[in-house]
Amino acid sequence: MNEVSISEDAVKTIVEKYHGEKSALISILQDVQKEYAFLSKDALNLLSQEMEIPLSSVYEVSTFYNSFSLVPRGRHVIEVCAGTACHVKGGPKLRSRLETELNLECGETTEDRMFTLEEVRCLGCCSLAPVVKVDGDIHAYLEEDKIPGILKNYRNERRQSGEN
Amino acid sequence: MARINNLQDLNKRREQGMASLFPSKTKVMVGEATCGLATGAGLVHKALAEEIEKQKLDIMLRKTGCIGMCYREPLVDVIEPNRPRLTYSRLTPKNVPAFLNQVLEGNHKSKKPYCRIDEDVFIGNGETRRYFSGALPDDLGEVSPMSEIDFYEKQVRIATRNCGYLDPDNIDEYIARGGYFSLRKALSSMQPEEIIEEVIKAGLRGRGGGGFPTGYKWQSCRRAHGEVKYVICNGDEGDPGAYMDRSIMEGDPHSVIEGMIIGAYAIGAHEGYIYVRDEYPFAVNALSLAISQARECGLLGENILDSGFSFDIQIGKGAGAFVCGESTALMASLEGRAGEPRAKYVHTVEHGLKDRPTNLNNVETWANVPVIVGRGSEWFSEIGIENNAGTKVFSLVGNIRNVGLIEVPMGITLREIIYDIGGGTPKGKQFKAVQTGGPSGGCIPKDMLDFPVSYDELSKAGSMMGSGGMIVMDETSCMVDVARYFLRFLESESCGKCVPCREGVYRMRQILDDICVGRGREGDVELLESMSEAIIDGSLCALGGSAPNPVLSTIKSFRDEYDAHIRDKKCPAGVCKELA
Repeated sequence: MNEVSISEDAVKTIVEKYHGEKSALISILQDVQKEYAFLSKDALNLLSQEMEIPLSSVYEVSTFYNSFSLVPRGRHVIEVCAGTACHVKGGPKLRSRLETELNLECGETTEDRMFTLEEVRCLGCCSLAPVVKVDGDIHAYLEEDKIPGILKNYRNERRQSGEN
Repeated sequence: MARINNLQDLNKRREQGMASLFPSKTKVMVGEATCGLATGAGLVHKALAEEIEKQKLDIMLRKTGCIGMCYREPLVDVIEPNRPRLTYSRLTPKNVPAFLNQVLEGNHKSKKPYCRIDEDVFIGNGETRRYFSGALPDDLGEVSPMSEIDFYEKQVRIATRNCGYLDPDNIDEYIARGGYFSLRKALSSMQPEEIIEEVIKAGLRGRGGGGFPTGYKWQSCRRAHGEVKYVICNGDEGDPGAYMDRSIMEGDPHSVIEGMIIGAYAIGAHEGYIYVRDEYPFAVNALSLAISQARECGLLGENILDSGFSFDIQIGKGAGAFVCGESTALMASLEGRAGEPRAKYVHTVEHGLKDRPTNLNNVETWANVPVIVGRGSEWFSEIGIENNAGTKVFSLVGNIRNVGLIEVPMGITLREIIYDIGGGTPKGKQFKAVQTGGPSGGCIPKDMLDFPVSYDELSKAGSMMGSGGMIVMDETSCMVDVARYFLRFLESESCGKCVPCREGVYRMRQILDDICVGRGREGDVELLESMSEAIIDGSLCALGGSAPNPVLSTIKSFRDEYDAHIRDKKCPAGVCKELA
């Protein structure tokens, strides 16, 4: 689970930014997740020590809230909106198509670590339903058949930027 | 940014704001709230900026918030000296060069305006400002005024008064439209008790859905014992299908901030928090900028407007938990803990955040406050109906022609909203139900469309006002599936603290799953009803206490659909795959 090594200094800097305030735990976890894309066991241990909060409490908070992930996520995070308007306008079809195309179930990451598929409660873009958010971009009025093309674009993006 | 200490300073900023709202040269405004950006407003803005730079044009380019016409996004407005403001819809980056040419040439060759605005009424202070004097230019006779478009005709915009009219990043424009004058009035000429009295007399009730009278809440908090008190703005807007608060936070953050400062002064609080859900990054940005501007101008921080009163606001971010919209859960989350609600026999106005007296109101409620103080309780209470004063913002979405954000006076009927404003269901499909109140609400069928929209009447219709999501469903929606959808939602969002909610909702969802795949049995509906009763009675917080509502309301109005699933193993709408 911990392939990413945590820089002790980076985590300490984040904690210091909030003056080590215990009430800032959620913001601190968010910043750490932003840095490493997920919350590793090492990171949680370190936060517990630095902030003098029992590990059990840090774990409780990081598992209570949906936006935290304790496992590494893919390079691109795909969020299918499960809001009511999206549900009424065909959101569930988008979800099952994405599951088929990526060959996984919602909540999982592809083997090549390219995509993670997640369901999100409501993105507040109900007027554009159904929507899917990939990284920061919202795809509005999405039709099922456009999904393969969109996925291809994100795959190619990586190839073009020469990273692998 | 210079500090604002007195009326003179405020008036000076007002002048600057006016010069930017009604400039002496051409101004182009792009609607850049989340929904605008998702349909390409950011790219349109970029293309406009590049073209303006390339051609060295003397044109002001600004952004603005969401004016509500989401069905026409992306929207671009053109304001020219002595001409009506023109709104253009569905612009693309490719259109931009031709569009700018037509603006320069003063014709409509490439794009026809969707509508025009002749005068701008500042709800904040009642002032009216015409965009032009004399007769309407000949070429614009055929363009409809926005106020006469079906979508706008019945709207009254108080909470969303500035959205789509000003640049949320520009505090002077907010001041020019009457902003922060109410704060000055409150601090310089009103006693805290007087303000509370005004809010009580205005009849403002909590817009988050509860409908508790705001003024009385403030009064209890003011009277509560304790030196340190807090005010909180609940921007957690968790109801799926609702985005009113996002739009206000993104499009007019200062209205929320001003409301909070006035409230804090009335209550005697010096610290405030705005709790925003994690899914709204643009709202966080807009609020952060607005707070820092307000601080620089001396409208937040020490000695606000040289009055001796001090107050400051911090932003707290949520992390994706629906239950955090519940006030006690929200406070737990602000303290850095898991957002579990607690029993409310101890009131938060006495023991809230950090166990201190805390007053929490929703975004829309706070945005109404400056207008009530500025224009008086009498003016406000005349809008709406008895016991339900003012307006309510709704997100009108789902299977409806004119999808968007609307603000209507209380007492308007659902039929007027859906047919007159929304234009009815598209593609010749039959209307089936409108869902209000989020997962705590219910589905209102066709024969109840003449119910007036108010806190009390919507409850009688088997639903509730809720925070303002209004999702229209046509014949293609299966009501059993909708009930199951909400239970799935609540099952995963239940915090798990108390058993009736954690186990009960889970079991009810299993029964509905069975019904949807053809394993429904006689008696299932009655079982669902009796379980609902137990969950309502036995749950600690409102999430559990209202969780069965979507099931109960669909059983009440669409029992035939349940029967078709259970007895005939058919899904009349063709949604449940196994029964299609």
